[in-house]
Amino acid sequence: MQPERAAARERAAQYLIRRHSYHWGEALPWLIAIACFFIFPDRMTFGSQVLIAVMFALSLDLILGYAGIVTLGHAAFFGIGAYTVGLGAAKFGWHEPISGLFAAAMASAFIGFVSGWFLLRYRGLTLLMLTLATAIMLQETGNLRSDLSGGYDGLPGLEFKPLFGVFDYDLYGHTNFLYVLVTLAVVFYVARRIVYSPFGQALTGIRENVRRMHAIGSPVHRRLVTVYTIAAGIAGIAGALFTQTNAYVTLTVFDFDNSAKVMIMLILGGTGRLYGAFIGAAVYMIMEDYFSKMSPTFWQFGIGLMLVLAVLFAHRGLLGVITDAARRFQRSRKP
Amino acid sequence: MTAALQVEGLNRSFGALRVTRDVDLTLERGARCALIGPNGAGKTTLINLITGVLAPSAGRVLLDGNDVTNTSQAERARCGLARTFQINQLFRGLTVLENVAMAISERDGHANNLWRAVGSKSVILDEALDHLDSLRMVDDALKLVRELPYGRQRLVEIAIALAQRPRVLLLDEPAAGVPSSESHLILDVVASLDPDIAILIIEHDMDVVMRFAREITVLVQGAVLTQGTPAAIMADEQVRAVYLGQEGHRAGHKGSAHG
Repeated sequence: MQPERAAARERAAQYLIRRHSYHWGEALPWLIAIACFFIFPDRMTFGSQVLIAVMFALSLDLILGYAGIVTLGHAAFFGIGAYTVGLGAAKFGWHEPISGLFAAAMASAFIGFVSGWFLLRYRGLTLLMLTLATAIMLQETGNLRSDLSGGYDGLPGLEFKPLFGVFDYDLYGHTNFLYVLVTLAVVFYVARRIVYSPFGQALTGIRENVRRMHAIGSPVHRRLVTVYTIAAGIAGIAGALFTQTNAYVTLTVFDFDNSAKVMIMLILGGTGRLYGAFIGAAVYMIMEDYFSKMSPTFWQFGIGLMLVLAVLFAHRGLLGVITDAARRFQRSRKP
Repeated sequence: MTAALQVEGLNRSFGALRVTRDVDLTLERGARCALIGPNGAGKTTLINLITGVLAPSAGRVLLDGNDVTNTSQAERARCGLARTFQINQLFRGLTVLENVAMAISERDGHANNLWRAVGSKSVILDEALDHLDSLRMVDDALKLVRELPYGRQRLVEIAIALAQRPRVLLLDEPAAGVPSSESHLILDVVASLDPDIAILIIEHDMDVVMRFAREITVLVQGAVLTQGTPAAIMADEQVRAVYLGQEGHRAGHKGSAHG
């Protein structure tokens, strides 16, 4: 074989071999989170909320960003997770937090599997309506059994045991912040492995061209149900952390608002790149916090304006803007 | 020996319109068969029936003697049936290498793996690069498909199909939409494909058909008008009247055909 051709082969092979290796920039969000722990010690409950939103958006990224499934009912799984630990603590005396996370992941993954099995035969507008309806039906089921769920008043004053029986929750939420951060890191690691696996590649294939996937023999429905189940499980963990952080839960977790918000966060940050969830959720939550203090009645205008600007001028979200800027900076430094 | 692909009495209607009527077609192992016919004769519909995109109203499709009529498109693909599309159906946002690797990892079941990275499987990588090498496309391996000129994209269509290691390959106008100055590149590739693969090609350029095919099937209004060797088809008065007469002797309307 000629040397140029061998070199071209080697270059191509190296690209695919290195594609999934870690980049130094990936440490940034974690360093920022740890820095926040020391800089804003009195805002740790809010910090936990941001991390939970990141995890929720991350789970949506797996199905929307990678597999290209548009859903407006993702709050269903967040809600299932939130209520699994909520009901566990309020009615069944299950106060241990970490096993609660596992139970929440199982329960929401199960609902994800069952609903996904039926719904993922459809696409587009039909699927959008069906996912939306699923969340509403779950919410109404909770409302019907308000003796259990507490209805829209919710289940207040939930108690959870110290982590590993040792680390108790403090008033300022320091322990909780670290707990949520570590959980997010584990979930993120799993999501990242999945995204760069052949399975993750197949999801991208489904998003890019489903007709071709059928033609090359891909069991598309099975792939979609699998990722939907995983994403539901992760959303369930986020929901469980939400309940544990707040020590209460109400049926509003199933709200359409919640489904829409997570999608806005993800689109704002950038879909299909994992870190879009981090930027989108953080920026959204901080803006919401800031605007709502500035103007308690009109704060949503600020959010709306931000979204319009992002959709019009940053097709690939804030993460796209940042990577483009970084690339331009690198190029300009070269002689 | 059982035929690689056998189609028996295939019928399909869209409402009152019968787009495929009692089609019989056999591809032996290593066959080189061309499917010709005027626009609207139902050529692409026939491909869609064979591959399982559409279900037939009546009739059977057999792969290596096994009845696959009631199986999904993906299952037929896993049984060794590959196709290319008249209009590109590619993963446009991915690199050429990733496009080909996708077909390999679906074929061998690697795509069921959620944990190991794509690049950690050197078998996939090597084979993908071999396929690209055989089409002289290694230099394009890291380009995004959407950045390639259309003619190169047509080659990716073929590369993906080859990566499926098919026993039967259906080529739906492989050179459609490519300027004639470049189309010979694609047709050279088609001509040099593995002689063991049974190939059915839809093609409008009669020069190509004559050079490539050992058998020709003429489809008119959804039904087989006649089948035979290129020489016999060229001499057939009916064919001349219906097909060559109607389309002109060059019959070279590329890209405008929707069979």
